[in-house]
Amino acid sequence: MSSFTPPAQKIWWNQPVEKTEIYWIGLAVVWCLIMFFMMPYWHVYGNQNLSNEAYQTTPAAYMKKTQAMVEKYKVREVNGIPVVAPPEGSDVYMLGRLWQWYPMLELEKGKKYRLHLNSMDWNHGFSLQPVNINLQVVPGYEMVVTIEPNKAGEYTVVCNEYCGIQHHTMLGKIWVK
Amino acid sequence: MSQFRVCPDTGLFFHKPAESLMKANAVAGAVWLLIGGIFGIGVVLTRWQAVHLLPADMFYLALTAHGIACLIFWIIFFEMAILYFASSTLLRCRLATPRWAWAGFALMMIGSITTLVAILQGGSSVMMTSYAPMPAAPHFYLGLILFAVGALINCFVFFGTLATAKEEKTYEGSVPLVTFGAVVAAVIAVFTIAAGAIILIPTFLWSLGYISHIDAAMYRVIWWAMGHSSQQINVSAHVAVWYLIAGVIFGARPMNEKVSRFAYLLYIFFLQLASAHHLLVDPGISAEWKIFNTSYAMYLAVLASMIHGMTVPGAIEVAQRKKGYTKGAFEWLRKAPWGNPAFSGMFISLVGFGFLGGISGVVMGVEQINIIIHNTIYVPGHFHATVVVGTTLAWMALTYLLIPVLFRRKIILPGLAKWQPYLFGGGMSIFGTFFMAAGTLGVSRRHWDMGFAGNPLGFEYPGSAYMMIAIGAIGGVIGIVGGAAWLLITVGSLLFGQKLEPSAGILQSFGVPLADSVYSTEKPPRLPMAPAEAVETHGDGGLEAPGTFILALVLLVSFILYYAINWKYLSEVWPLS
Repeated sequence: MSSFTPPAQKIWWNQPVEKTEIYWIGLAVVWCLIMFFMMPYWHVYGNQNLSNEAYQTTPAAYMKKTQAMVEKYKVREVNGIPVVAPPEGSDVYMLGRLWQWYPMLELEKGKKYRLHLNSMDWNHGFSLQPVNINLQVVPGYEMVVTIEPNKAGEYTVVCNEYCGIQHHTMLGKIWVK
Repeated sequence: MSQFRVCPDTGLFFHKPAESLMKANAVAGAVWLLIGGIFGIGVVLTRWQAVHLLPADMFYLALTAHGIACLIFWIIFFEMAILYFASSTLLRCRLATPRWAWAGFALMMIGSITTLVAILQGGSSVMMTSYAPMPAAPHFYLGLILFAVGALINCFVFFGTLATAKEEKTYEGSVPLVTFGAVVAAVIAVFTIAAGAIILIPTFLWSLGYISHIDAAMYRVIWWAMGHSSQQINVSAHVAVWYLIAGVIFGARPMNEKVSRFAYLLYIFFLQLASAHHLLVDPGISAEWKIFNTSYAMYLAVLASMIHGMTVPGAIEVAQRKKGYTKGAFEWLRKAPWGNPAFSGMFISLVGFGFLGGISGVVMGVEQINIIIHNTIYVPGHFHATVVVGTTLAWMALTYLLIPVLFRRKIILPGLAKWQPYLFGGGMSIFGTFFMAAGTLGVSRRHWDMGFAGNPLGFEYPGSAYMMIAIGAIGGVIGIVGGAAWLLITVGSLLFGQKLEPSAGILQSFGVPLADSVYSTEKPPRLPMAPAEAVETHGDGGLEAPGTFILALVLLVSFILYYAINWKYLSEVWPLS
């Protein structure tokens, strides 16, 4: 009955630890260390890591860069939103705003692109489906991540950070050829 | 003059003002669970795509109210009752400054009602997280601030009571382990509330127009120092409740005080780092910062939970084996009182928290794996396993012990009470598991329409995702039935339960003290140390808790497999760098 009464010994910290606990703590420590080192390991040997690259920016400045890219690489429009096909290795700008992803992208399989993400207003969530890549899009911060689409198809960007009453209508598209 | 009554059934001493405060806080908590639960019905029946009950604006309103009422108000009110119990009652000490405790209670009430009103008015459907710059009404933030100030005052009443107990030497030796766990919860609570003040006070001023700009990234970093840490208060407190229930029902003593207290100490040092779990795919935060913080330094708080997860059932096993349940590895568990809701609730809480909530929490908190989980419905699936199956069910289990002792009433509907933890724990485990599965398929959280009906761009989640959501929602409905059963049993017992001597009327159930003659002005005798009956040297024989060790190994193997599977999933998505 010492879980809710004082321990039986004044010097309780000198009591020997029984084997069940010792073995379990040993196993748990090893497992914790493996899990810890798995993360730096994946940074070196894994293919899915986020860069540390991000910049503070303003909606106006980011919009300007996005528009410049849209004008340069626009190939068509879908529902009034431009679709751009930027070249391999280029800087690709996408923005989230109430309640739309802008612009849409046309990318090529196996090629790398520097994807920039930013929000014009509130927090948004870049959730690329069905591949299931999820990134937080925070206003004022431009995130840069290099992506390499590995499968052709039509992909949808769902907004998965609640952003107001029309949040569930906020969709974008990326096509991979 | 201090006044105490001794419980004739348990020998516990209740200080008159502490007793009233425990009742008032526990009842207030239960009312918030009722309110939050009602909103929860709206949420789960809307997410269930075949039912799709509420329109979008009501859904987002209900989701905001459900989160705040359950995750903050219900749990923290009840925690206050636990703090008073762990200090005043367990240490046989008068409660320090009861008037301050009532002031804290009043602030928590005023604050919680203010925030609820703001949400119901419709202009503050900003979710529990209220990420700036999405604005809520000023009194939405003000209510939360008042609530937090009240809770902070109560934490200091708790610390004051501990100091009084030490000063007046109301106990021998060291404080009990349960009290130690409550201290850890209160320390984390102070950190949590401080972080909350740092972010919510400027946000409140911003909503009034006195501050022009709240940085969105900074808001997230500091808000989560409150948002995640508040759940760590729950972890510390519900582990203490597990130890308490094991002690009450089995007479179990901790296998080793040093090990259990060391594990708690790890919570104080490392648990709060987990706010990083929410920032793993945020811009502007470095990989080094993420790795260190998301892993609680080096998974040191996970280590602590793995220790508690073994030592609590281990303590039960040792106690049961002493009573002669020694056959095989598991007779101690088979012959446990599975019909006693205090035990079954506690054990389901322990297993659900470990296997469902614990494993998934660590996996989703891996820096890179979070990419395939962040903001999907996996997240609510996970935290319903931790704070609903874990914390809420632990609180429920505890009430089955407290109603006769504290409220002096017999539990009504014992047949239903027997099944209640299975209904609630089982239903909520299904909910958590299948929402996590749907999250793995990419379904978004906080989303009114996973079908995107009428959207010209259109998108369909796979059919299996709809099925996972439907099964999860059915589990959620079962869980809500279990929660309603608990409310029926507890509130019914307070109102109509058979009175125990010394008996309590209806008003007494809500905080009015019992008749004066029940209380004595004499101080309780000093709380003695536990009798040293256990064999404290361990022989060369087998393990003392072999059954628990096997269960722990099952947990570890499940953990490793699930961890590996998620790395495999991650390795298949587009290369990112």
